[in-house]
Amino acid sequence: MLRASSFYQEGEKLKMAELLSPQAWGKVWTYRSTFLMGFGNTLETAIFGLLLALALGLFFGLLATSGKKPLMAVARVYVEFFQNTPIVLQMCFLYYVLAFSGSKVSIIFTGIISLGIYTGAYMAEVVRAGIQAVPKGQFEAAASQGFGYVETMYYIIFPQSLKIILPPMVNQAVNLFKNTSCLYIVGGADLISLTYSFVTGASTGGAYAPAYLVCGAMFFVVCFPLSTLASAWENNLKRRDVRSAAVVRRLEQEVS
Amino acid sequence: MLDWQASFSILAKQGVLLYIMRGVLFTLVISVCAVVVSIFIGSLLGLMRNYCTGRSRPLKWLATGYIELFRNTPLLFWLFICLVFCPVPGFFTHRMLGLTSVEVRVLFRAFVALVLFESSIMAEIIRGGLNSVANGQFEAGHSQGFNTVQVLWYIVLPQAYRAVVPTLLSQVISTIKDSSYLANVAVIELMSRVRQILATSNMYNGAGTQLVSDVFVLFGMAFMIYFAINFSLSCAVRSLQNPKPGNSSCRVQAAK
Repeated sequence: MLRASSFYQEGEKLKMAELLSPQAWGKVWTYRSTFLMGFGNTLETAIFGLLLALALGLFFGLLATSGKKPLMAVARVYVEFFQNTPIVLQMCFLYYVLAFSGSKVSIIFTGIISLGIYTGAYMAEVVRAGIQAVPKGQFEAAASQGFGYVETMYYIIFPQSLKIILPPMVNQAVNLFKNTSCLYIVGGADLISLTYSFVTGASTGGAYAPAYLVCGAMFFVVCFPLSTLASAWENNLKRRDVRSAAVVRRLEQEVS
Repeated sequence: MLDWQASFSILAKQGVLLYIMRGVLFTLVISVCAVVVSIFIGSLLGLMRNYCTGRSRPLKWLATGYIELFRNTPLLFWLFICLVFCPVPGFFTHRMLGLTSVEVRVLFRAFVALVLFESSIMAEIIRGGLNSVANGQFEAGHSQGFNTVQVLWYIVLPQAYRAVVPTLLSQVISTIKDSSYLANVAVIELMSRVRQILATSNMYNGAGTQLVSDVFVLFGMAFMIYFAINFSLSCAVRSLQNPKPGNSSCRVQAAK
């Protein structure tokens, strides 16, 4: 027992020392294409997932504000179901159903669909809150001018709710990007999975510290500017438009 | 391919249901412990980021760096890092809670990762609460001869916590969902246990082969359990945000 634990301690020190070892860094540099490919896959999943999420969010957000009971119920069920169950489970479910029923599935495709649907539920809540924050008089004024539903939304409502919608949406995009790491559980080829198989691989093994540092840095350079932008936006809104800022804050409470 | 009876018979097999229910228990215990610890760490970080000015400014930079670092990288990343680098105290190298000593060690490391990640989010939530406390409260406290620590402890923090109760509660939902990431590294909590049963479902369902309906039954059950827990929590969040008149537990919120 004692020997085992001291072995562990030594292992950790060795792996820490890799941070300064030129050899370990050299190994990471030699296999740089692995990390770039992982980054590319993660980015691809995130971008297409985001597009799907935006489409679903817009659709269900509009349903939730349509004022018709059955449509609102559909939107409610969608949002509640996908917000209250873990993305890991959803992704696994989709993957195994496809795989067990014998269809050939691309893992990236599975990732795009499940991440898109999951994030779509959050986007729907954001869109709903954004539309509901616009005073009712605006809808009535548009109707009195003979605007149809689409015109009202496009010309009157969305331009006003955009400033409320955007900061939380950017935050959700950041979450989506981080959530691509779920792909690991179904054996994906995203950045985290490839980093993990790099450090544990037989021919590539080792170089733990530099590899994780590179991987973390790649996530950070995408997420940090976006989340900083979102909070700067929000603070700006807080100074200029207290009422809208209150809606944004409430929204963050609900969908954090 | 779809043979519901065979799939449902998995749940009736000896020990399967108990095995999964123990997973539910682990999920809940891990999440609640992680939330409690990370609220504590998050409060310290939030206070440091907000109020460490002047000579103690390095503390502020430290807290800001920590929060931004952990907020902008995925949980799975920290899980993998902690699995390699996190030292385990001797207490957690024994068998306990029906887990082997290796599993306990992994559980401790994964728990550390979860706490590290969640505390950065908690810090931002609590900072939001601190920011909502009016500046006059500080001045009033100081004018009564309170020092800064007393002002924070007796006047500011109670108000800040009360303002963020709904957000903290919805973060509990997120933590329960995030705990399913542990399925990537160990078979301890609900998600991983369901997946484990599914992986060997051919031994249980009597068909000798894995069926698509196994996925629906097993993951469907996991969906229901997660949904039941999280939906009841999110109902609680909503009732805290929109208190009904006469509901005494919500009156404090309403009076604010």
